[in-house]
Amino acid sequence: MTHAAELPAWAALSVAVLLLLGAGMALVGAVGLLRLRSFYERVHAPALGTTLGIGCVLVASMLFFSLVQTRFVLHEVLIAVLVVITTPVTLMLLTRAALNRDRIEGNEAVPPPPRSRR
Amino acid sequence: MRRVLPHPLLALFLLVAWLLLVESVSPGAVLLGSVVAACGSWALASLAPPRARLRRLAVVPGLLLDVLVEVMRSNVAVARIIMRPADRGARRSGFVRIPLDMRAPYGLASLACILTATPGTVWVDYDSAEGTMLLHVLDLVDEAEWARIVKERWERRLMEIFE
Repeated sequence: MTHAAELPAWAALSVAVLLLLGAGMALVGAVGLLRLRSFYERVHAPALGTTLGIGCVLVASMLFFSLVQTRFVLHEVLIAVLVVITTPVTLMLLTRAALNRDRIEGNEAVPPPPRSRR
Repeated sequence: MRRVLPHPLLALFLLVAWLLLVESVSPGAVLLGSVVAACGSWALASLAPPRARLRRLAVVPGLLLDVLVEVMRSNVAVARIIMRPADRGARRSGFVRIPLDMRAPYGLASLACILTATPGTVWVDYDSAEGTMLLHVLDLVDEAEWARIVKERWERRLMEIFE
């Protein structure tokens, strides 16, 4: 970060705002894990960190390194693509595992399986 | 062409990913990246996944833009729900079963990714015999409204692309 002082003010400001916004979204997602009531509600909270949270941090990083190295630094885009493809798989697996267990335990709050699989 | 490069789209993605990672478009990088892309494409072919048919690619940019806008909008909505004082118990979350007309496997996978990546909704289950999906919604006001949103905002355009 030794070159940070060479950045023009507008760039330093937007990088800082984006970083804070991204970190803030990840923090709100983590708070959601504590505050929401049931498992099915808590599963929505990490999505804040993996979408807007990581998006803002990546844009800030690309902006910072593109300006410091005076060339386009784009390979962070790959992180966004891979996170967007892989996170839903994890969330879906967790939710389906919870639903399966609730159905086996006869929990009334979850919907029954469709007619074809009963 | 199909025999030399069984999955051209995946090969193209791997080549672009390789060039981004090495941050160079020199002939050496392109050559090595092409080898990696071809190997990945052959490896996928040996798993024999169902073949994707893409049509109406002109719909894709508009769809991606709408996904981006929707993700940002629901980030704010879910952040509000989390930070709201807990005593107001008016919000309820729940499951919605939505009948789908789409049967293309990659279309369904894309719909699952879009819905789950959007905060506030998680795709839970799909039943191929009935053609219905199970969606969990954090802030559930009206079940019919959600069925309409999924079908009109996402399914119609995904069907244009994948079917």
